[in-house]
Amino acid sequence: MIDAMSPRLILLAPEMILFVAAVAVAIMGLSKNHSIRASLPFVTCAALIASIAAVPMTWTNENAHAANLLLPMLGRFVKPLLAGVGVLLVLLSVGSVDRRLEESVARGRIAFDPQRVVRGEFYAFFLLSVMGAMLLCNAQDLIWLFLAIELVSLPTYIMVAIGGSGNRNQEAAVKYFFLGAMSTAVFLYGFALLYGSTGSLQFLEIRNALAAQSAGSGIDTIAVIGVVLIILGLCFKITAVPMHFYAPDVYEGAPTHVTAFLAFVPKTAGFTALVLILTCVGWTGHTLIDSDGVRIPYMGLPTPIAAILWMIAILTMTLGNIGALLQSSVKRMLAYSSVAHSGYLILGLIAGATAGIEALYFYLLAYGVMTTASFAALAALERRGEEINSFADLAGLRLRHPVMAWMLAISAASLVGMPPFIGFFGKIYLFIAAFEADQFGLVVAAVLNSAVSGLYYLKLAIVPLVAPPSARSEEVTSVPSRWPFIAAVVCGVGTIVLPSIAGLLVDAARKSTQSAPIVSTASQSESPAGVVAGPDSITLKSQ
Amino acid sequence: MPISTDILLIWISILFPIATALIVAIGPAKSARWTALAGTMVSLAALTMFAWNFPAWHNAEHFPNTVGASWIPNAGITFAVGFDTVSLLLALLSAFLMPLCIVGSFSAITERTKEYYGWFLVLGASIILAFAARDAILFYIGYEFTLVPMTLIIAVYGGTERRIAATKMFLYTFLGSMFMLAAILYVGWEHRLAAGVWDFDIDTLTKTAIRLPSSNQYWLFAAFIVGFAVKVPLFPLHTWLPLAHDQAPTAGSVILASAMLKLGTYGNYRFALPMAPAGGADLMSFVAILAIIAIIYASLICWVQTDAKKLIAYSSVAHLGLCMLGLFALNPVGAEGAVFYMVNHGLSTGALFLCIGMFYERYHTKDTDLVGGLAKRMPVWASFMVLFTLASIGLPGLNGFIGEFLCLGGTFIAEHDGKTGYPGVLGPWYAIVAGLGLIFAAMYLLILLGKLVWGPLREPHGESAHAGVGHANSSTRLPRDLSFREIAILTPLAIACIWLGFQPKPMLDAIAPCAEKMLANYPKEVERYMAESTTAPLASLRVKTTDESRDE
Repeated sequence: MIDAMSPRLILLAPEMILFVAAVAVAIMGLSKNHSIRASLPFVTCAALIASIAAVPMTWTNENAHAANLLLPMLGRFVKPLLAGVGVLLVLLSVGSVDRRLEESVARGRIAFDPQRVVRGEFYAFFLLSVMGAMLLCNAQDLIWLFLAIELVSLPTYIMVAIGGSGNRNQEAAVKYFFLGAMSTAVFLYGFALLYGSTGSLQFLEIRNALAAQSAGSGIDTIAVIGVVLIILGLCFKITAVPMHFYAPDVYEGAPTHVTAFLAFVPKTAGFTALVLILTCVGWTGHTLIDSDGVRIPYMGLPTPIAAILWMIAILTMTLGNIGALLQSSVKRMLAYSSVAHSGYLILGLIAGATAGIEALYFYLLAYGVMTTASFAALAALERRGEEINSFADLAGLRLRHPVMAWMLAISAASLVGMPPFIGFFGKIYLFIAAFEADQFGLVVAAVLNSAVSGLYYLKLAIVPLVAPPSARSEEVTSVPSRWPFIAAVVCGVGTIVLPSIAGLLVDAARKSTQSAPIVSTASQSESPAGVVAGPDSITLKSQ
Repeated sequence: MPISTDILLIWISILFPIATALIVAIGPAKSARWTALAGTMVSLAALTMFAWNFPAWHNAEHFPNTVGASWIPNAGITFAVGFDTVSLLLALLSAFLMPLCIVGSFSAITERTKEYYGWFLVLGASIILAFAARDAILFYIGYEFTLVPMTLIIAVYGGTERRIAATKMFLYTFLGSMFMLAAILYVGWEHRLAAGVWDFDIDTLTKTAIRLPSSNQYWLFAAFIVGFAVKVPLFPLHTWLPLAHDQAPTAGSVILASAMLKLGTYGNYRFALPMAPAGGADLMSFVAILAIIAIIYASLICWVQTDAKKLIAYSSVAHLGLCMLGLFALNPVGAEGAVFYMVNHGLSTGALFLCIGMFYERYHTKDTDLVGGLAKRMPVWASFMVLFTLASIGLPGLNGFIGEFLCLGGTFIAEHDGKTGYPGVLGPWYAIVAGLGLIFAAMYLLILLGKLVWGPLREPHGESAHAGVGHANSSTRLPRDLSFREIAILTPLAIACIWLGFQPKPMLDAIAPCAEKMLANYPKEVERYMAESTTAPLASLRVKTTDESRDE
C-alpha cells in the first residue's frame, strides 16, 4: 500500500502519527477515569517515539528526492531531534497541567467536570506544535512554510496560558500572542514581497529566479527587502534582536515546563525556516579555493542581508549576555541566555551551507539537551507550591536536593561551553563553520561573549552547590511527580555522554543538510569559472 | 586499530581515577579516602610503568607516536595521547603528588568527604590528560576542565572568602583560556586552508603555524601568551593566585601550585613558543620584562607578608616569573633550566604548602606574628620546613638551585652577538636584575623561617593547651609534632628534593633535546627581529651587527 502513496505523503508519516495521537489525547483527556487522564503524557511520549521510529523508515533517499524538496534530507535529522527532545519536554510537564484540579478531584472536594480539565488539550497542542516544526522540513513552498510556522506558534500561545495555574501565565500568554501576531504579519509581508519579485511560491523556483537575478543585474531590491522582513519576523521565533524583548517576560511568566518548550521547539522551527529561506538566496562569505590554493571570495547573499544577519548575530549574543548578567530571577536569566545562544546559532546561518547549517543543527541538539536540563531541574522543584524563580530559592540546594543541584551545575557548565560537555563541542563546531566562511570577526565576538557568559553561568552552578541556604531555600521541596527529576537526570547525563558520539551526530547532521542540486543553467554559465552561485558552493572546496 | 600497551597505560592513568571518582561518589563516605588513594596509586603506577619503558628519554620524539583514534572526524579531533620527555616529567610530577595530597587531606577534610575525594581524582585525571594530549582540542579539554574541580574544591572547602576566591580564579582563567581556544582554532583553520582538512594534532598545527607570516604569528603568540599568562601567572594577571591559594584547602593549594600552574608554563613550551617563533622573538623582551617585574614585585610583597600561606603563594609568582624568564631567554640553557625548574618548583612549593597546612591544622592560624619558635614544639616538622625552604631558596645541593641557576645563566647569555648560536635581546642586565629576586627570596624565606621555626616559642593565646588536640573531631586528633602519616607524606618529597639536587644530570640530559627542538626556529627569527627592530626596548644598548639595519 505504501508503494502506491506518493513520496510526499509517505514523508509525512511521522506527522500523521503525531496528528492521530493529538486527536486521541484530546479525547482521552475528557475521560472520567483518573488513570486514563494520568496516562496522557505517556501516550504523548509513545507517539513521539513512534514518530522517531517512522522517520528512518520513510525518509529514504528516493522518497525525499522525489518530493522535490530544497533540502531533501533535512527531516532525517531535524524530525528525530524535535521528537527526541520533545519526549524529554513531555516528561518535564508530567503532573503540572491541571495539578490543582486533579488534586481536588482526588480528594473528593469537587466532582470531575470535563469542561474544566485542560490536560488533554495541553498535550494535543503540544503534539500539534511539534508536528508543525516537523512539517517545516517538508515545506517546498512559502505557503506550506507559513502554515507550518503558524502551526508551531498557535498552540504555544495556548500552552503558555493553560500549562500551569496562576495569573502570570495568562499575562505571559497575552503578551506572547500579540507580539507573535505582529511578527507573523512582518514575515508574511516579506513572503509577499519575495513572491512579487520572483513570481513563484516554490522554493526551487524562487532559488532559480534569484540566482538568475544575481547573475544578471543583481538581486532585485524588492526581493532583498522581502528577505530582510522575513528574517526580522522570524527573529521573534528564535528570540533574536530586535524581536527578543518578549523573551524574559514570557519565559518568566510561563510555567517552567512550557518555558523549556518555548526555548527549544519554536527556536528550532524558526531556524529551520531561516535555513530554507536563506538556502533560496544563497550564502555569503564563502571563499572557494581553486587548484592553486588561492582564495576567491564568493558573495552569495546580497550585502544588505549579510550585513543585517551580522548585526543581528553580534547584537543578539551581546545583549543576551549582558541582559543575563543583570538578572536575579533564574528563569529570566535563562531567557536571556537563550537569546545569547540564538546569537551563537546565527553564526551557523551566516556561515551557511553546508558546514554552517550542520553546525547549527548540531548546536541545536546540544542546546536542546542542556537547556532542557536546567529547566527540568527547576521544574522538579517548588517552593510552597509555587515555581522556583529567584536565585535565593536555589541557595544551598545541594543540601536538600543534591541531584538537582548537580544537574543545574552540569547544565550551566555545558551552556558556558566548558569541555568536555556537549555545549563545548557545539561551540567548537560553530566556530569551525564560521572560520570556513571566513567570519573571523564573528568568532572573536562569540569567544568574547562566551567569556562574559562565564560570569552568570558560574552563578547558576555555584549558588546551588556552595552558597549557604537561605530562609527561602529551606522551603524548597520536590514536586510530587518524579518525572521532571528523571528528565533532568537524563538531560544532565546526556550532556556528558553525547560528546562521546559527537562524531556520529555531526555526521548525521552533515548528511541531512545537503541541498538539492541547482538546475538552473543561467546562473552557472554566466558565473566566473569555479564560482557557482548557489548554496552548495562549499562542496567545491573539497575538489 | 590495535591499542598498544603504552597507550593503554596512559589511558589507565587518566581514566582509572575518573572511574574511582564514580565509585567514591556512590560508595560509603567512610572508605572514600582509601578508595581515592587506591585510585591515585594505580594512576601513578600506570604512569611509572609507562615511564619505565619510555624509549624517547633522549630524543625529542613523542611516544607513542601513533595517530589517535578519531573522535569527531569532520573536525579532525582525535583521542591522540603520547608524551615527550617534558610532558612525561610534568605528568609524573602530578601523578606523584596526587596520593600525597589525598593522604594529606585525611585530617583536614572532615565534611563532604565523598565529593572532595571524587573531585580531587577528577582534577588529577584532567591534569594528566592535558599533559598527555597530542590533540590540541584534547589538551584544551584537560586544561579547561581542571577549573571545574578546582573551583569547587576552593568554593566548598576553602576559607572564609572562598566564594570570592573561587569566582575570581574561575573567571580569570576562563577568560584567558578563551583567547587560547581562539588561537588554537585559528591555527586549525590555517591548516584547513593549507591542507584542505581540519586537523588538531599539535605537531601538525605547529608545522602549519611556523609557516604563517610574522604579523599573523605575532597575534597568534599574543593570544596564546594571554591565555597561558593567566595560568602561570605572569605579572599583571596574577592577582587571582594569592587569594586562591590563601583560601584553598592545603591539598588544593598543593595541586594548584605544583600541577595546575605548570599547565601555563607547559602551554608556553608546547604551544606559544614553538608555534609562533616570529611572535616569540618579537615579544621576547616584553615577556622577559614582565617576568622580571613579577620576580621583584612578588618578592617585595613576600617581604612584608605575615600570612605564611600567602607568602608562599607570592613566592610562587616570583619563582614562576623566573621560570618564564628562563623559557624566554630562548636558548637551550634557559629552556632546560625552566623545564627543570617547573618540576622542582612543583616539589618544593608543594611540600611547603603541605608543611604550612600541617602547622595550620594545629594552630588554626597562618599569621607569623602570632606563632613562632616551633622548633621547640615540633622538631620534626621544623626540620622538614627548613629543608623545603632551603630548596625553595635555591641552596646548592638541593633541587631548586639547578633550575634557578640555569634560568639565570640562560638569561645572562641571551645576548645579541649570540656566541652560543642562540642570539637574544636579553643579557647580563636582565640576569642581574632578576638575580636580585633570588637575594630577596633568601631574605623573605629566611625571615619566615626565623619567625616560625626559631626564636622564642610563641603560641596563640589559649591554643597552647589545645595544641595537641587538633579538630574537635576526636577521630582526627593530631599529635603535637608530626604524625607518622604526615612524615610519610613529606619524606618522599624530601628524598626527591635531595636526590634531584645531587643528581640533576639524568633529567637535564633528557630535557635538553626537547628544549633544542622547541627552539629550533628561534635563532633565525631572533636575528630577523634584531635586524628589523630599532625601536625595541634596550635597542640602544645593542650593537648593530647586520648591514640591513644600518641601511634602514
